[in-house]
Amino acid sequence: MKYVLLFVETEKFERDLEAMNQADRNRAYELVGKWFADNADKIRGGNKLRPAYTATTVRLHAGDEPVVTDGPFVEGKEVVSGYTEVEVADLDAAIRMVRTWPGCPVVEIRPLES
Amino acid sequence: MTGPSHDRVDALTTTSTRELERIVREHAGRLATALVRITGDFAAAEDLVQEAVLAALQRWPTEGVPERPDAWLFTVARNRGLDALRRESNYRTKLAQLQWPVQTESDERLRLIFTCCHPALPRAAQIALTLRVVCGFTTAQIARAFLIPEKTVAQRITRAKRKIMDAGIPYRLPDPDELNARLREVLGVIYLLLNEGYLSTANQTESRDLVDDAEWLASQLHGLMPTEPEVAGLLALIQLHRARADARFDGDGDLVLLEDQNRAHWNHGAIADATALLGRAAEHHRPGPYQLQAAIVACHAEAADWAHTDWEQIVLLYDMLLHLAPSPLTRLHRCVALRYTAGPQAALAEVDALSDALDHYHLYHATRAELLRALGHPSEARAADQRALALTTNPAEQAILQRRINAS
Repeated sequence: MKYVLLFVETEKFERDLEAMNQADRNRAYELVGKWFADNADKIRGGNKLRPAYTATTVRLHAGDEPVVTDGPFVEGKEVVSGYTEVEVADLDAAIRMVRTWPGCPVVEIRPLES
Repeated sequence: MTGPSHDRVDALTTTSTRELERIVREHAGRLATALVRITGDFAAAEDLVQEAVLAALQRWPTEGVPERPDAWLFTVARNRGLDALRRESNYRTKLAQLQWPVQTESDERLRLIFTCCHPALPRAAQIALTLRVVCGFTTAQIARAFLIPEKTVAQRITRAKRKIMDAGIPYRLPDPDELNARLREVLGVIYLLLNEGYLSTANQTESRDLVDDAEWLASQLHGLMPTEPEVAGLLALIQLHRARADARFDGDGDLVLLEDQNRAHWNHGAIADATALLGRAAEHHRPGPYQLQAAIVACHAEAADWAHTDWEQIVLLYDMLLHLAPSPLTRLHRCVALRYTAGPQAALAEVDALSDALDHYHLYHATRAELLRALGHPSEARAADQRALALTTNPAEQAILQRRINAS
């Protein structure tokens, strides 16, 4: 089955990352890089998103003009920061993959329609 | 299937609804296991089991319990399946070839339980699925036991099955490195049934006894995973509660607190069996929250009376439990024992430290009331009891608090 892993960052995670020295931050990125390499056989695509301040949300209301606002679609302390499409046997295999994810503290697993 | 004989009808007059439910429960999970294997479709199997259970509970009271209830249930499920799957020739062929009895392996039965309790399902759905598929509850019985509308239960089941299918929740055993976490989910479901049944405000004569089903589930699981000490611990905990259940209510149906219970009414044989089970679990040297809770209850169960309770040991066990599973509720329970080892003043200080976490919990105020009374502050104690009374909706607890307020 195909799933998308939505990587979600929290304010605290962002702050902690900023507070790190360069060597520690490089090490953190290395771990993420290694995770992608280890799981390369299951990964079908994906990307990192630019930070939440770059987001624009458009709300469509029947008959009315669409409303364009600054920011992500949910106001909150958790924002989607990237996504990866994976192809694995089932939800447990996807959970197993995410279990070892060394990056941001929240990951949503969503099956794809096809 | 042959018609019911007179013998069976006669036997039926002594077969209560409770017994019918037990017979159904004995076979529902095995039937579900077999049907999932044949159809490869959890949702379809779940529906067929439910139809067979409903048919049994409808027809057995008048036709008699068949000699082979498992074969009867299977035949009904298979025939319904053949009807429902008229267009799906693949299933039809598989189902039609099938003859009872089907051997079910213990791994398959575990697979069923682990799938019902998959962590990607909300707890309420885990419970509803487990009760329907593994214990052979009807939707109506679940609704009655939890005092919720039948429609709500039906929706939970439908949504859970849709999620299992659409999210790709697999029907298999967890890998060894996931087993502990997955087992915790299953034990969590059983523990919740124990609690719900223990505190139940549902009418016990009309509603299924959830504690009985919790014990049955735990003992099934223990049979399937005999070397998991936490499974044995939870089973022992349930058995220790049940062994003392008769003393929890007096002749008028009023709740009797542990301190005031007539211990001659406890089932001391069952208590000995449960503590022996707990002792065997402890030999694995893998303590856990359920073993510790059972050990605490065992201390009470083995004491000749309230005054001879081994409070030192109980405080120690609570300390270990808090180390493994910190919780303000556990700290509150520990205070009750602390009163007898460190005195009511020290216990009250501990209770007061929990005010932020437990201010809206009736037993926090009830426990404070008892300590305040012991310390000679009757008016404060009364106020705390009144606070507790306002916070509980359980009639048995309301009655006991009201009696205390009236007496003070």
